[in-house]
Amino acid sequence: MAEKEQTVSEVAAVGSESSQANGVGEATIASEIASEAKKTEQLEQPEKREPKRIEPQEQLVSKSVRSITFSVFSPKLIKQMASAKVVTPELYDKEGYPVDGGLMDIRLGVIDPGLKCKTCGSKLKECSGHFGYIELARPIIHIKFIDLILNLLKCSCRDCGRVLIPKNKIDKAKKDLENIERDLGIEERRRSVKDIITNLKTINKCPWCTVKQQKITLEKPTTVLENEKRVSPIEIRARLEKIPDEDLELFGVSPKNMRPEWGVLTILPIPPVTMRPSITLESGERSEDDLTHKLGDIVRINQRLFENINAGAPEIIIEDLWDLLQYHITTYFDNDVAQLPPARHRSGQPLKTLTERIKSKEGRIRHNLAGKRTNFSARTVISPDPMLSINEVGVPMEIAMKLTVPERVNTWNLAYLKQFVKNGPKKYPGSNYVIRPDGKKKKLTDETIEASLEELQPGYIVERQLLDGDIAIFNRQPSLHRMSMMCHRIRILPYRTLRLNPVVCHPYNADFDGDEMNLHIPQTEEARTEAEILMEVQTQLISPRYGLSVIGCIQDAISGLFTLTRDLEVDRTFAIDLLGATGMTEFNKLPRKEKITGREIASVLLPEDFNFTGKSKASLSKSTTQKERPIGTAVEIRNGKLISGVLDSSNLGEGSGLLLRTLHKKYGKEFTIDLLGKLFRLGIEVLLRVGFSVIISDTDLPENAQKSIKETLEKAELDVQELISLFHNNKLETFPGRTLRETLELRILEVLNKARNRTGEIVAEFASPNSPTMVMAESGARGNLLNLAQMAACVGQQAMRGKRIDKGYKGRTLSAFKKDDLSPSARGFIANGFKGGLNPAEFFFGGMTGRDSLMDTALRTPKSGYLYRRLANAMQDLKVEYDHTVRDAAKRIIQFTYGEDGKDVSKSENGILNVRRIIETMAEGKQ
Amino acid sequence: MTKKKFDVTKHSLVPKHLKLSDKEKKEILDLYRISLKELPKIRKKDSGIAHLEVKEGDVIKIIRPSATAGESIFFRVVVSA
Repeated sequence: MAEKEQTVSEVAAVGSESSQANGVGEATIASEIASEAKKTEQLEQPEKREPKRIEPQEQLVSKSVRSITFSVFSPKLIKQMASAKVVTPELYDKEGYPVDGGLMDIRLGVIDPGLKCKTCGSKLKECSGHFGYIELARPIIHIKFIDLILNLLKCSCRDCGRVLIPKNKIDKAKKDLENIERDLGIEERRRSVKDIITNLKTINKCPWCTVKQQKITLEKPTTVLENEKRVSPIEIRARLEKIPDEDLELFGVSPKNMRPEWGVLTILPIPPVTMRPSITLESGERSEDDLTHKLGDIVRINQRLFENINAGAPEIIIEDLWDLLQYHITTYFDNDVAQLPPARHRSGQPLKTLTERIKSKEGRIRHNLAGKRTNFSARTVISPDPMLSINEVGVPMEIAMKLTVPERVNTWNLAYLKQFVKNGPKKYPGSNYVIRPDGKKKKLTDETIEASLEELQPGYIVERQLLDGDIAIFNRQPSLHRMSMMCHRIRILPYRTLRLNPVVCHPYNADFDGDEMNLHIPQTEEARTEAEILMEVQTQLISPRYGLSVIGCIQDAISGLFTLTRDLEVDRTFAIDLLGATGMTEFNKLPRKEKITGREIASVLLPEDFNFTGKSKASLSKSTTQKERPIGTAVEIRNGKLISGVLDSSNLGEGSGLLLRTLHKKYGKEFTIDLLGKLFRLGIEVLLRVGFSVIISDTDLPENAQKSIKETLEKAELDVQELISLFHNNKLETFPGRTLRETLELRILEVLNKARNRTGEIVAEFASPNSPTMVMAESGARGNLLNLAQMAACVGQQAMRGKRIDKGYKGRTLSAFKKDDLSPSARGFIANGFKGGLNPAEFFFGGMTGRDSLMDTALRTPKSGYLYRRLANAMQDLKVEYDHTVRDAAKRIIQFTYGEDGKDVSKSENGILNVRRIIETMAEGKQ
Repeated sequence: MTKKKFDVTKHSLVPKHLKLSDKEKKEILDLYRISLKELPKIRKKDSGIAHLEVKEGDVIKIIRPSATAGESIFFRVVVSA
């Protein structure tokens, strides 16, 4: 915080104002005690003179803040800065006017329009409020200082007030601390202070005056006990006063900024009304802020305490009131103290007092300082539109007419901008505001359009409504990586959803089951340029995580391209129709013949000098049951012609395959994004024309296949029976390190898994390769062979915690089974397929694992979210320096070479640098 | 329990720790343009360097296997226990 170069504008006259008291505002570096949170910030002195209105025309002086000191208010200072003493809990008199000496006293600032502040004479919004104070009848312990107070009491002599360190060692201890701070920093010093305190707690004789020390304990939250007897705050304060300044250093207290007895309050500052404004309800009733309520309680009890003391009431009554005052003041500072019941509204909802205002997610820091609300933003449900370009976002007309872009009027665009003003806010494309050169903002309404049109001239700014091609930042929470916020071009569309090309779902992790997304319109030329250069979708194509394209074809587009490039052969007119749907208008590259293959159609989109060799999904899998079909061969592109292989998810999918990566490397981001859009549209167009429906008969198997599946399962069943009987006869050979029972389980699982996999193979072999279900599985568009096998043949073993299901009743899973039945069907093996139908026990087992995984995901998501937040916060300012080291904000080295290999993953292909290709392209270039 | 001493440096998961000479130390500090403050730390009593006879302020070179680079070199400065 210190040393921050910050320009502060202040009026020249301010320097001559009231002199500043004891070191306030002095440029000292924050001492350790002071930088701990919760300490009240030292404020400037109250302005007692006639205040000067600050005119913007006055000369400005710019200065830089060198440092900020945090310290603790002394009673003297509280009184000094106060402009009113609060003596009554009443707020308003009969006329509804603030009572003098009440909590809403107009000397503390004004929150009603029309009233003038009695202290500074300014009106509402001009006066930022002034502190007041109340005199406490008896001292009260400040809850936030209780730990410090307790430590000090334990570590100082109850009689003479000196620290329990012998005279000869005290200087050395101080020097040690200084050295530690110099060498290892303030953190380390704090740690050693803690050590000193724990050491001192055990000493029971003062080395200075040899007085025996008593055992001091804390009865939470604020009662201090000495030998089980209560020590009153008066006594505590007296003891703290006795501790000499020079001893305080050892406890991390800087006497310049704080005396420990200030932790026991004798006087309480009352915050200005402006920080606890009351709200007037519709009924005309006033509703006070939580803080005002709390302060009212404090003032009321304090007054009663005064009266009782003066009337000479019995000690018990006074004690009771004193405790009550302690309670109110404690909850005023913090309404979430462990052993105290929180103070509540009449409705039973807890009051939000000082600590709650600052703390946690809804507190000032995370809610108002680390996060802010934005103007020029929109949010609605999203829906897909593949006909949009990938870097476009469809914006509803309603939104387009609310959000604006400021454009400065000059001689050349005057006529152009006048048209917007003329249209006004209701006719698209219009404008909503006009800003005059003096900064006055005027809303355009039917009445003001004429006048604004008249006066519009260079220097004015017109806030015009959105147009096609404007720049916007599009975002979906949780914003986990940089691709969660990308820059898109606006496209105004009818209806009421934000539209995006389904290709960019993956980086945003969006789907269309009701997801909402946010849109922001950058308002300055710099912001727009920056968004365009750094954040546009094209620039985010290659993931910094794995060096492949994060966006790619999905679902139908993959199925379509797979169908197209596998074995489709169509008429020339049909081919032209398909290509036309991609947005192409030139068809010269299409071969001049009647029948055109799908591969030739796809090749039209590829650049003519493009060469590529890659693998398709089928050629990657080890499955040998596939007959030799085009999908099994490698993808070969020569001179922009797809010679063999199919286009499927391994080359076009999001986050996989090198085809997109290679295109990006050779032809750049703009070209790749354009080609991807065309391929996508080609893919869906094929499906649209050819037709694609998943039907039940996709899972039909020929009779012999069904028979062999049945046999496989029966064989497995028998094998398991065999194992079980071996187990019962103690003839099973145990695995090393396993019990007999564990061995049996492992063997059974092995047998059953093998059987299930075998049924999967049978399904893969006999299922019609042209069925839509198989096309989806083989192309990688959606689903896999396992899903198909589960439908057609056998669902397989249901497992919980990596074991077969064994819970439920004693020795059995369901009452339908016999005790200690270890057979597959009694332990969660589902031998039927989904199409054939499960029996009741099987269905129940499926339900068990299904519920289990549902709970698991529901519990894991928030946990991993918090884990991520902690990591992100811990690493947020790590940075790769020019010397390839990774360093933190203090330039300490974290890694000597980034990632230990110094590679920028986003410049690689799947984390690999293809040296051979680099050499080849270099050699080509030389020829 | 027998009082057999276990030598951690022989363990497969403990990387190689070496002490740098003063000259090497200076070279490292110059290379990265840092003082000892910016270096990662290692405790003097760390069993990985118990066999090295180090004093505070010495720089330890650690050679360890890396998933990305095969072998990576790391430096740590010895601090008090």
